Amino acid sequence: MGKMNVNLCGIELDNPVIPASGTFGFGYEFAELYDINCLGTFSFKGTTKESRFGNPTPRIAECSGGMINSVGLQNPGVEKVIDTELVKLSKCFSKKVMANVSGFSLDEYAYTSSKLDACDQVGWIEVNISCPNVHGGGMSFGTSPSAAAEVTKTVKAVTTKPVIIKLSPNVTDIAQIAKACEDAGADGISLINTLLGMRIDLKTKRPVIHNKMGGFSGPAILPVALRMVYQVYEAVKIPVVGMGGISSARDVIEMMLAGATAVEVGAANLVNPYACKQIIEDLPECMAEYGISGLSEIIGGAH
Amino acid sequence: MKQSLFTICSNEFLTENVLKMKLSGDTSAITAPGQFINIKLKGCYLRRPISVYDCDNETVTIIYKVVGEGTKKMSSLSKGDTLDILTGLGNGYDTTVSGDKPLLIGGGVGVPPLYMLAKKLVAEGKSVAVILGFNTKSEVFCEEEFRNLGADVYVTTVDGSYGTKGFVTDAVNMPYTYFYTCGPEPMLKAVYKACNTDGQFSFEERMGCGFGACMGCSCKTVTGYKRICKEGPVLRKEEILWEK
Repeated sequence: MGKMNVNLCGIELDNPVIPASGTFGFGYEFAELYDINCLGTFSFKGTTKESRFGNPTPRIAECSGGMINSVGLQNPGVEKVIDTELVKLSKCFSKKVMANVSGFSLDEYAYTSSKLDACDQVGWIEVNISCPNVHGGGMSFGTSPSAAAEVTKTVKAVTTKPVIIKLSPNVTDIAQIAKACEDAGADGISLINTLLGMRIDLKTKRPVIHNKMGGFSGPAILPVALRMVYQVYEAVKIPVVGMGGISSARDVIEMMLAGATAVEVGAANLVNPYACKQIIEDLPECMAEYGISGLSEIIGGAH
Repeated sequence: MKQSLFTICSNEFLTENVLKMKLSGDTSAITAPGQFINIKLKGCYLRRPISVYDCDNETVTIIYKVVGEGTKKMSSLSKGDTLDILTGLGNGYDTTVSGDKPLLIGGGVGVPPLYMLAKKLVAEGKSVAVILGFNTKSEVFCEEEFRNLGADVYVTTVDGSYGTKGFVTDAVNMPYTYFYTCGPEPMLKAVYKACNTDGQFSFEERMGCGFGACMGCSCKTVTGYKRICKEGPVLRKEEILWEK
């Protein structure tokens, strides 16, 4: 059997498959269905300094080959995440988890990251500077190279754990932003967050989503994600975590060939709660089919 | 929650656009009336959440209205077709608090989840009254099924073409110890005002996953944020916050 292990910013993963933030809660819902220790790791629900309800409903709209969400970073706040959610998680997941952090100011990013830095369970800090669903924060940090660099420096200053910056595709030149993060000290880049999208209800003639727009994800965005991962891989030397529409073992291999060291799987978990487990189980056969003896050897192979 | 394949036993129209589908498969995860199942359909990315009308050890029955692309696809399925379904979703109704004279109030496609509830309450020896509300006579379904359970059944139609003319709340004039309701939100609000005992309400919301992972269907309640798919769809009267 081919080797599936990869090294992500100094931490060894048994395989490169990582459920993406916002599609896997804090893991324990899925642990009722299968042993989630089969995962490489997972990125938990985006966490902010204060508790957030998020946006009004409807927050979900369906599309051909995907969905739009406008959840708006609902989470119980970092203290409760640490005291309640991570305690529950520790009972069903023994690996290092990826903490996903969001904020509305540099101070908030620093506060939340420093709290999570103190948790042994946390292996990496994935910094979301790309949420399309909140105003005055999130994505506004991810659309300019200088703002992205500021957030990176801020988080790097409060943690010794690897810092992975999660980028928005809703920009003109994503490679330039990735480079700015690398120059500011980022240990890795993850991409892509969702694409800003919209659906309109023909009966009401109004947008389906209460906030009008939301983040588009699902298999339909895979080509966009592949293209951007390919571009970012050429621009930086740090590891890239690729995501966007991955729903099969073939997609994982394709994303790694584009330049991803590991991959995140998002929307697929919501449709098929066993998606990640099945992808991991399908990988050996898919690797054999394409003559791949080790996944770490194919990273960036398409360049 | 369980994911498994079900085979369609029957799929028949009850009215012009409401169908009843019976499926056979592993129903072991369905533990309470008022829970729902989430159905994967070819050509639709997200699953379709539909409340359970009835179930036994081998079959589950749903009643659904054709309202969009997904339910239209469902209406064209036939006996022998198989569907990938998540079962045992949501909390369901709690019958332990009903007292001896529970009142069930359903409107339109809010009626189906009350059937399994009525069945359970009757089995528990309670005297069940049911109010079924529809717009017009041609939309009425399931009246006979509730009567056959031994429940007192009252039907209302908005245009008065069948039963009592008016809304479900116009028929609330019997003594009752507790109430259970499911229907469109304006109806739920009217029931909230009209009924003076404690009760339980089943809510509907656009869902992503249906099992608590995506936070797509959250609502605010007196006791904090709840996911309609996980801590709901049934909320108790005292925890409801009407927002919209």
